[in-house]
Amino acid sequence: MSDIFITRAPKLAARKVGGEMVILNAEDSSLYVLNGVGTAIWEAADGRTPLTAIVDSICTEYDVDREAALRDAQEFIADLVGHGVLREVPL
Amino acid sequence: MPAASRVVVDVGDVPVVLQTTDAPLAALLERRFRRFLKPSATPAFQFDITVVPASSHNGDADIEVHAENGRWRLQRGDFSASWDPDARHGWIRQTRSPYAVDSVLRIVHTLLLSKERGFLLHASSAVRNGRAFLFAGPSGSGKTTIVRSAPADVVVLTDEISYVRATPDGYVAFGTPFAGEWAEVGEPLAAPVGGLFRLAWAADNSREPLDPATTVRTLMRNILFFANDPSLTKRLLDTACDFAAAVPAFRLAFAPDERVWDLIQ
Repeated sequence: MSDIFITRAPKLAARKVGGEMVILNAEDSSLYVLNGVGTAIWEAADGRTPLTAIVDSICTEYDVDREAALRDAQEFIADLVGHGVLREVPL
Repeated sequence: MPAASRVVVDVGDVPVVLQTTDAPLAALLERRFRRFLKPSATPAFQFDITVVPASSHNGDADIEVHAENGRWRLQRGDFSASWDPDARHGWIRQTRSPYAVDSVLRIVHTLLLSKERGFLLHASSAVRNGRAFLFAGPSGSGKTTIVRSAPADVVVLTDEISYVRATPDGYVAFGTPFAGEWAEVGEPLAAPVGGLFRLAWAADNSREPLDPATTVRTLMRNILFFANDPSLTKRLLDTACDFAAAVPAFRLAFAPDERVWDLIQ
């Protein structure tokens, strides 16, 4: 599978609260609270770091199986892309 | 031309003059805001009110709030209003009912508080031992019940809409005249905020701490905000996060009796 790059969507407000990222979409006032792993993905979503590198970093920090972590991350990203919170960066 | 009546309503230490030549409306306003009248206060703002027939408004229209050249336009089925914060002046055209003014005041205070890291919260609140406690939750979660069941040493600030302002010494809650199903206005007092409780019905009483992210989520669901303004909405998130970091918050499961107040200290 080819790698993907993700970035945070514009027009969002985000604050880290107690280790969890709280994200507000100011356009429709929808609110998202990310857990620790989700927060790590969000913080690494700079449009330049490939997803595989983000997952490697998560595996190091959280001691999880890499294949499962990659699958979960892809699902998580697809969900947030669907909600307009993350964007895939075209290669 | 009939003489104008002035009704000065002070909520959160912000006195607002409501001026109208319609004597019956002035009497309605004096009755509705009776505990919050402060005739001698220096007004922060003045609204001139014109009463119009009910047929001149679309009674079913939803509320709309937007800014236009530095002036706010407010509109709902029973009123239309404009407010120029810099000129400290506004106008309301409404039917003869206290509810239109009630809504205009809620919106005005919401906009004012948004610049002061404060908010109106869909929550009841009450003062005990010099500290204010907020009880948030959706309709039917017990906001009115919990303040109704309070022991005699508790002073109710509101059963519906709480008023919170950030000050250099911390968050302060003020009483409001914005009543809910109890139809009883709060007391015009202020006290430092001692805690936020998210209500849930249960067979018995218990409380457990809320984590900060859940506290933020609870606040964002219950803060009143009417304006479709992304920059103000973003500021609200900062306000909620700051409040969650500073004020202890709990999930309060309660049975509707006075014993629950043993957990509210």
